[in-house]
Amino acid sequence: MPFKVSKEEILETINMVQGQNLDIRTITMGINLLDCREEDGKKTGRRVYDKITRLARDLVGVGEEIQRDYGIPIINKRISVTPIAMLVNGLGEDDIFAIALELDRAAAQVGVNFLGGFSALVHKGYSSGDYNLMQTIPRVLAATERVCSSVNLGTTKSGINMDAVYDMGKIIKATAQATADRDGLGCAKLVVFCNAAEDNPFMAGAFHGPGEPETVLNIGISGPGVVATVVKNNPGCDLGELAHLIKNTAFKITRTGELVGRVASKRLGVPFGILDLSLAPTPAVGDSVADILEAMGLERVGGPGSTAALAMLNDAVKKGGAMASSYVGGLSGAFIPVSEDAGMIRAAAEGALSIEKLEAMTAVCSVGLDMIAIPGDTSEYTISAIIADEAAIGMINRKTTAVRIIPAPGKKPGDWVEFGGLLGRAPVMPVNNCSPAHFIARKGRIPAPIHSLNN
Amino acid sequence: MEEGNRLIITVLGHDRVGIIYGISGVLANTNVNILDISQTILQGFFTMVMVVDFSHSTVDLAQLKQLLDQKGQELGLQVTVQHEDIFRYMHRI
Repeated sequence: MPFKVSKEEILETINMVQGQNLDIRTITMGINLLDCREEDGKKTGRRVYDKITRLARDLVGVGEEIQRDYGIPIINKRISVTPIAMLVNGLGEDDIFAIALELDRAAAQVGVNFLGGFSALVHKGYSSGDYNLMQTIPRVLAATERVCSSVNLGTTKSGINMDAVYDMGKIIKATAQATADRDGLGCAKLVVFCNAAEDNPFMAGAFHGPGEPETVLNIGISGPGVVATVVKNNPGCDLGELAHLIKNTAFKITRTGELVGRVASKRLGVPFGILDLSLAPTPAVGDSVADILEAMGLERVGGPGSTAALAMLNDAVKKGGAMASSYVGGLSGAFIPVSEDAGMIRAAAEGALSIEKLEAMTAVCSVGLDMIAIPGDTSEYTISAIIADEAAIGMINRKTTAVRIIPAPGKKPGDWVEFGGLLGRAPVMPVNNCSPAHFIARKGRIPAPIHSLNN
Repeated sequence: MEEGNRLIITVLGHDRVGIIYGISGVLANTNVNILDISQTILQGFFTMVMVVDFSHSTVDLAQLKQLLDQKGQELGLQVTVQHEDIFRYMHRI
């Protein structure tokens, strides 16, 4: 077959990679661990370690090979596993802790930087395994380096488990305390979800859902820099035309992910699951979702207009991406983490971006309040209430929402927290401290909304 | 999906004598066949795009990359080697 791509197109691709930070953000291998249960934590942990290191042995090597062959950087190779709460019913906290240590050891052995799935799905209530696992989260996130944890506490179909909301406020505070020497870093590895996606490849919220096959490969794409360049190069066009240009760009970015997913799936002998069409920023200059919104014409992200600009961006990315891939899934939307996006960091530091505006923005894009540092003395009830608000947005709008918030021990508004690497740094943002304690202490379950009754 | 054996080599840098000679010398020594070659001056930079068939190469892709990198450094050029599918996927349905 003759080669039909023009020189201009070849140079466009090379520019995207070399000048605009186009990359594949993550290849995440999902592994089912349900067959690893033994009578205690130590034996279960050993089987978990053996299975992960056997199945994911070649993951990092193949990722590097594809990067070399195709000249497209693959930033992270990661693993997601069955929510560990599903295999620890009847085990105590020490047993669960022992399994978590084996997860960390397995991740280090195969060379992945994060492993997700120290998780519990409790949207309707707790099993004994769920409850015990949640109680060990602070200890586990302090003692491990690579293990990520998530808790799903609401869905559109089941409502919001306010017992879990109440408990997670305390658990997040305890996690921050347990990692106080590192600015509360443990909380950066802990996500609270409503409508969690079972095939999300992005950390810290990735887990291998109960409906997934034995093993699967999910791909997370990136490319805020590429979209920002297109927006910057077209200052004169109206928003309809701009949406069209973003769509075209999203198509190209997504095709790259589709190719990498198929090649990786073939080389590893693991089925290709989904492509997650997310715009995932990094702290690197030129790799920012905030930059795109500002290039659209906002003085600063967080100001009036931010929600509308983000809604348009998010929708255009999905429309372009959906046509480029056969299987789209995961979170699929623009991410707006604060500490991982240089433009968001700047806006938060200048006071242009508040938690309340971020909450509004999460109603129209992917995920939720992500990587936000708040004062260390914020009450656990306030944290619970922030979670409840975000979960309510997810439940009512039939979308995934999440909270990954860091009550940085000893820090006040205006101070900075430093996590390093992809997790970045962030100014501590002020929180509205009107007490929600009575509301949160009621606990119980917020019933599923009327539009969940769609059968 | 089938992975083909064609690579795209792009060379960017300041124009000078001997660029094509240098790069094609590496390819000849490793038995890599040039299928198509085009060059242009883009925004003052020498830009060359080559389509090559890699199926009878005497070295593997990592080694070929290394040899071309070395040659690029000698000539003060940036040489990129990529499998052609990345372009095909991105720009064609």
